Amino acid sequence: MRKQIRPAILMIVVMTVLTGLAYPLAMTGIAQALFPAQANGSLIEKDGRVIGSALIGQNFASEKYFHPRPSAITGTDPNDPTKTVATPYDASNSGASNLAPTSQALIDRVKGDAAKLKAENPNQPIPVDLVTSSASGIDPDITPAGALFQVPRVARARGLTEDQLRTLVLRNIQTRFAGVLGEPRVNVLALNLALDALAAGK
Amino acid sequence: MTGNGWVQLIVYCAIVTLLTRPLGGYMARVFNGERTPLSPLLRPLERAIYRVCGVDERAEQHWVVYAAAMLFFSLAGFVSLYALQRLQGYLPFNPAGQGAVEPSLAFNTSISFITNTNWQSYTPETTMSYLVQMAGLTVHNFVSAATGIALAVALVRGFARRQASTIGNFWVDLTRCTLYILLPVSVVVGLFFVWQGMPQNLNAYTEATTLEGAKQVIAQGPVASQEVIKIFGTNGGGFFNANSAHPYENPNALTNFVQMILIFAIGAGLTNMFGRMVKDERQGWAIYAAMGVLFLGGAITALLAESEPNPHFAAFGVDGVAGPAQAGGNMEGKEVRFGIADSALFATVTTDTSCGAVNSMHDSFMPLGGFVPLVDIELGEVIFGGVGSGLYGMLAFAIVAMFVAGLMVGRTPEYLGKKLESKEIRMTILALLSLPLSILGWTALATVVPEGLAGIANTGPHGFSEILYAYSSSTGNNGSAFAGINANTLFYNTTLAGAMLIGRFIFVIPLLAVAGSLASKKLLPPSAGTFPTHSPLFVGLLVAVVAILGGLTYFPAVSLGPIVEQAAMTAGTLYPAPSP
Repeated sequence: MRKQIRPAILMIVVMTVLTGLAYPLAMTGIAQALFPAQANGSLIEKDGRVIGSALIGQNFASEKYFHPRPSAITGTDPNDPTKTVATPYDASNSGASNLAPTSQALIDRVKGDAAKLKAENPNQPIPVDLVTSSASGIDPDITPAGALFQVPRVARARGLTEDQLRTLVLRNIQTRFAGVLGEPRVNVLALNLALDALAAGK
Repeated sequence: MTGNGWVQLIVYCAIVTLLTRPLGGYMARVFNGERTPLSPLLRPLERAIYRVCGVDERAEQHWVVYAAAMLFFSLAGFVSLYALQRLQGYLPFNPAGQGAVEPSLAFNTSISFITNTNWQSYTPETTMSYLVQMAGLTVHNFVSAATGIALAVALVRGFARRQASTIGNFWVDLTRCTLYILLPVSVVVGLFFVWQGMPQNLNAYTEATTLEGAKQVIAQGPVASQEVIKIFGTNGGGFFNANSAHPYENPNALTNFVQMILIFAIGAGLTNMFGRMVKDERQGWAIYAAMGVLFLGGAITALLAESEPNPHFAAFGVDGVAGPAQAGGNMEGKEVRFGIADSALFATVTTDTSCGAVNSMHDSFMPLGGFVPLVDIELGEVIFGGVGSGLYGMLAFAIVAMFVAGLMVGRTPEYLGKKLESKEIRMTILALLSLPLSILGWTALATVVPEGLAGIANTGPHGFSEILYAYSSSTGNNGSAFAGINANTLFYNTTLAGAMLIGRFIFVIPLLAVAGSLASKKLLPPSAGTFPTHSPLFVGLLVAVVAILGGLTYFPAVSLGPIVEQAAMTAGTLYPAPSP
């Protein structure tokens, strides 16, 4: 039985070289050659500066932009390392609220967010994705309903008509893959870039 | 539940079923040592590995030697992974400048990855260097999976062989599994994942300036190469904290669907490999059918539960009804691109197996939605199951099922022509009892000591569910969590590691003894009194044994968690946040 000790140690070394160095480094080389944009994080540049990633959600707070979903990412308080503070859409981290459906804290948070949304558009029911925090905290998407709900506010802030914005939202809907997989969605950053372009050209 | 949800479920089942036979045939060739289409490419590498490691590939092992080789290998892996984490500050591929991982966390993580659990008490983005992710965690994603598959193959050989004293060679099974099964799929699907948007780089984290002028630091890394084996080897340890919910780990619905297929692929294929090795594919399909029935029960329950919006939200004017412009339902802790159907299905798939990757947060599921992953794990992850562990777990249940059938008719039970005698039954029961002993024992401890209660993120029955889920997940080598629980403490890091060790080694060593014992037996020809184990009756019996053993063992605990919470939610009860 003791004869198995030597192969055990050597096998870990060999497997580390093979699957832990050769494999990921070769994959990195091939990926960088074949799909450089994706392999480097699908970054979006504007005027030579990186403004974000097509896949990673960002926080938009201004009235002039469509807003993403609530993000529950927390980080260490820079002023007091013993405390944590909300750091929504911090993409050097990720995470969710992990609140139970029977949590008082969840219901209080949703109540507060719903009241704010109600104030900006009192005429429509609030789509559920706009008041629920995502699993990653950096969800890049909102539902088509969530985008359409924000049209009146953005139209007011931009001085555009609601019809113009509704058309913009509908053009930016990504449908299900092959009509079957996933859910229809609107990428918030892409929509806001299209919005800026529309506003610049009006 | 929407019509589209049903369509996705059906398409998923169809594809997994279609893959079962070709994969089973290929794996049978690999483990019988036959030539495969990849042999011209890989055989020289395989021989070189044996030469370097001093392995004689023709030398077969007695089950005790096989078990010892597996244990030594796991120990060597533990030491190397622990050392890598502690020393990462001095090693290359560390652009974020991560320092040494704290000892109890490094201990927990090492146990977690050598046992194929991939429980993560750490936040990867802020803890692990690229070197640890590649040369530590990715390596164990390969070899812990290969170890599990090797163990299953050894047990199957126990049934297939007659009057033999050996059950194979651990080093050969490990090497062939890694080279011929895990690596080729990882290369091909990994590149597909990059094409679909997964990063694969060694860059420092990117700093972006948003349209509103704010700074956003975006974590990067060699994601795709780790992601694919995390899924295919049912490991589940994410490159990022949010796991397969992170847009870089799972960019769209297509990658999500491919991930779900990869999670089930080996488990399903192994049922067919089993049938081929015992020279009757119908035996494999019977096991497959029992797994399929249990899968559908869980998946449909989770899909229905999660399609309901939180009942408290309607009062605030929130619309959670599914329609063409939104998926509706319980969207807390879920991603828009997956919605309800893909999230609930993924949760079921990842806990039917020992994968534990998540694309939505189980902690925020509806009580009955969260009940499904919890119970799936507690049934022993035998529904296609962890790579290898699913098959050997289900075969353990099959032995019990035949024992029960034997008691009913008063005959010595037999399965696949092998008499099941006192030794096999005792060893099987020992394995099957180790799981509830660990899950319920550790949970009971954690609910009465302050160190245990300090970790919960929700009070009331849900807080109990968080603890129960943690020990179920670690014992089942699953690795998913009701993730609100703060497990990065000395108490949880240590006790969860204990649970992982029991779930992996105390469970499988008795089964290797069963394999050794069965291999030495004669093959009995079937007679008129033989209970046919490819019949629907056997499938029903097997499903009942799994459900009753799980149901009776865990029902009291589960009723204190999700079942009470469901009643509380219906009654409108809310629970305050835990006091700090």
